[in-house]
Amino acid sequence: MSSTNYAYLSNYLVYSAMAVYTIAFFAHAIEVAFSVRNVDTKTEFDFSRTDRSGRIGTAMMILGTLLLFAGVIIRGVSAHRVPWGNMYEFSITGALAFSTAYLFGLWKFKIRWLGLPVVIAVLLTLGTAITVLYRPSAPLVPALKSTWLAIHVSAAIMSGGVFLLANCVAATYLYLDAMERKGPRKAWAERLPSLEVLDQLSYRLVAFVFPLWTFAVIAGAIWAESAWGHYWSWDPKETWAFITWVAYAAYLHARVTAGWRGRRAAWLCLFAGSTFLFNYVYINIWGTGRHTYSGL
Amino acid sequence: MEKAPELELAGSLRWMWRQLTSMRTALLLLLLLGVASIPGSLFPQRSQNPMKVEALFTSDPTLAKWMDRFKLFDVFSSPWYSAIYLLLFISLIGCVLPRTIEHLKAVGAKPPLTPKFLNKMSGYRTVATDKSEALDVAEKWLKKHHFRIRKDSNSISAEKGYLRESGNLLFHLSLILILVAVAMGSLLGMKGEAIVNLDERFINAPTSYDNLTFGKYQKEGGLIPFALTPTNFQAKYDLTTSAPQDYTLTVSVANPVGSKPVTHIIKVNQPLTFKSTKVYLQANGYSPIVTVRDKSGKITFQGPVIFLPQDANLTSTGAIKLPDMNPQIGFIGSFVPTYSRSSTRGAFSAYPNVLDPRLLLSAWKGSLGLDTGAPQSVYRLNTSKMVKIGLKQLALGESFNFGEGSITFDGWKPWVNLQIVDDPGKMYALLGAVLAILGLLASLFTRQRRIWVKIEDGVEVAGLAKNALLGLEDEITALVAELERESTK
Repeated sequence: MSSTNYAYLSNYLVYSAMAVYTIAFFAHAIEVAFSVRNVDTKTEFDFSRTDRSGRIGTAMMILGTLLLFAGVIIRGVSAHRVPWGNMYEFSITGALAFSTAYLFGLWKFKIRWLGLPVVIAVLLTLGTAITVLYRPSAPLVPALKSTWLAIHVSAAIMSGGVFLLANCVAATYLYLDAMERKGPRKAWAERLPSLEVLDQLSYRLVAFVFPLWTFAVIAGAIWAESAWGHYWSWDPKETWAFITWVAYAAYLHARVTAGWRGRRAAWLCLFAGSTFLFNYVYINIWGTGRHTYSGL
Repeated sequence: MEKAPELELAGSLRWMWRQLTSMRTALLLLLLLGVASIPGSLFPQRSQNPMKVEALFTSDPTLAKWMDRFKLFDVFSSPWYSAIYLLLFISLIGCVLPRTIEHLKAVGAKPPLTPKFLNKMSGYRTVATDKSEALDVAEKWLKKHHFRIRKDSNSISAEKGYLRESGNLLFHLSLILILVAVAMGSLLGMKGEAIVNLDERFINAPTSYDNLTFGKYQKEGGLIPFALTPTNFQAKYDLTTSAPQDYTLTVSVANPVGSKPVTHIIKVNQPLTFKSTKVYLQANGYSPIVTVRDKSGKITFQGPVIFLPQDANLTSTGAIKLPDMNPQIGFIGSFVPTYSRSSTRGAFSAYPNVLDPRLLLSAWKGSLGLDTGAPQSVYRLNTSKMVKIGLKQLALGESFNFGEGSITFDGWKPWVNLQIVDDPGKMYALLGAVLAILGLLASLFTRQRRIWVKIEDGVEVAGLAKNALLGLEDEITALVAELERESTK
C-alpha cells in the first residue's frame, strides 16, 4: 500500500473511532439521565436500571480507543515516522492519551461516572482535529528528525492526558461542592463519589504523572541542547511548560506539606491544568517561538 | 527592663528567617515564580527575538520605554525575577538542610516508641494468639520484610520507607545543583554566531564572529583554537511544498589551527563537539558572486556577497558596497534561486534550491555614509545621500553597465550560519535533572509506614501510613495471618 493509502486508512479509522465514541456518548448520557425512577420526588434511586447502558458505554469507549490507537499508528506508518509532526497528529494522539488515561482510571479507581464528560471532551478534540487542524501526511522538517521526538512528545502527551483527567475530577469536585453547599445533592448526582474520594483521586492522578511531566520537560531540554544549541532558552513553549511544572509542584506541596484539601486544592489543580491547555492551544497556534509545528 | 537593641534585631532577623523558610512562604514564592514567568512568554524577549523588541521601540517608543524600565523585554534576567527565585532557593535551602541533618540522624536511630493507645490508629485489631511468642513471631516477620525495629518488653515499633524522605531531599538538593549549573553556564560560557561561505575558512577567534557574548567570568582567550572550512552543503526540500527535509554540512576541521584537517558532518540534530563547546548548523542562504569593474575595466571587487533569506524559498536580499570607487557606488540586490514572476510580487523565488537563478540590482551613486563612524548594516544600503542610477535583472553570466562601470553576475555560493556555544555547566544540569527525577520517583512512590505490635490484655496490631498510598491494610492483614498461623502450630 502506498503512503497516501495508509493516510486514508488512518482517516477512516479516526472517523470510525468518532462514530463509536458517539455511541458511547449516548450510552453514558442514557446512564446518567434515566438512573432515577421518580424524578419529581427525587426519592427513588435505582442505578441498576441503567447499569447495562453504562456497561455498553464502557465497551464502546474501549472499542473507540482501540480504533483511535490503530488510526494514530497507521498515520505514523503513512509518513514513515512517529505520528507527532503537526497539531492534527498531536490532537488525535492527545485524545488517545486522554481516553486511555480514563480507561486506566476506570480499571484502577472505578470512575465510570466520569465517562460522560470524558467522551464529550474526546469527541470535541477529535472533531476540532479533523475539521480545523487536519493536514496531509508529510515528512518531518529537519529539526524534528531525532529520537527525542518519540521520547519527549510521547511523555508530554501522556502527561497531558492524565492532567486533563485530573482536571475533570477537580471540576466535578467544585461543581458538587457548590451543589452540596446549597442543600442535598440532586438526584442524578447521588451516584457520583463523595467529595473526599474526588479530592483524593485528583491528587493521586497528579502525583502519579508529575514525574513523567518532569521527564518530558527534561527530555525536551536535552533535545533542545542538540538541536538549538542550548538546553533552555525561554522559548514560549518552554516557559509555559515550566509554569505548568511550577503550578503542579505548588499543588503537590500544598496538598502534602501545607495540608490543603478540598476547594482550594481543586482550584489550584484546575489552574495548573489550564496552563497546560493554554500552552497546547495558544502557543502552538499563535505562539512565536520555535515550537510552532502546528502546520497551520 | 528594656531589651537591648541587638537582641531585638537578632529576634526580628530570626523571625524573618522563620517566615522565609515557612512552607506558606515557599508555596507563595513558587506560585509567584510561575506567574512572573508569564510576561516572558507574552512579550518579545531580547535574548530570543531582539528584532521584535527593536520594532516595538520604533512603532511605540513611549510604551516600549516604559516596558523596558520594568525589564519586560528581559524578564528572565530582571532583578524582580531573580529576586523571586533567589528567595525561593534560600527558603528551600533553609528548609532542606535542617531536614537533611535530621534525616541522616534518623538513619541510625530506632523507630519512635509505641504509642499508648493503638486503638485510634489505622488497621487496629486484636489477634487471638499466644501472647508469649507473639512478639518473636512479629519480629521475625517484620525483619524479613525489611522494617526497622524497636523492641521493648511488651511491644514492637517498626518503621519502613525512609527512602521517601531520602528521595524528597535528593529531589530538592538536585534543584539546587541545577541552579548552580545554570549559573555556571551563564558566568563561564560563551555563545556566538557566524555566517560562513562555502570554502571559506572560519577561525575560532573573537573577530571571526558576527556576534559573540561571553559570560562574566569567561576570558576571550578561552576559545578553543580550531579552524573550520565548510566544504559541502546539501539541502533537500519537498518538491511541492518547499518544506525542508534534510540539511547536511560537511566541514574540514583543523584543531588546533594548522594541524592536519579532519572531515566531519554537521546536521541539525547533530552538532560538532569540542569538549563542552559545540558547533550547530542554524541557517543557510546564498551569496551571489559578482565582479565589478570601473570605467577603465579594472576589477574593483570580485567575490561572494552574503545575502539574507527573506522567505521559505530563499528569496534573498543584500547590499554590495564599493567605497573605493569614485564616486562611491552601492547596489541594493535581490537574489532568487529559482526565478518566478507575478504581477503582484514582482520577481520572487519559487523553490529554495538553485534551479534558475537571477540577480536583481538597483545601482546607486553618491556617498555610502561609511566615514561618518555610525555603525551600518552590511546587508542594507543607506541611500540618504545617494541617487539611483539604474535597475537591472541579470541571468547567470550577464553584465550590467551602470555608467560608472559594470557588474557581472558570475555565480553563487551557499553560506551556513554556525552557532558556537560553550556551556561548561550543562553536564551538571543534566546530572541534577536525572537525580531530581530519581528523587521524585522515590518520594512519590515509596510508602512510609509504621506498624506496632503490643501485648496488653491480648495481642494488638495497628499501623500508620504517612503518605496517601495504599497497601498498609494488606501488610497488617498479612502480619496478623502470620501471627495466627504460628499460634495454631
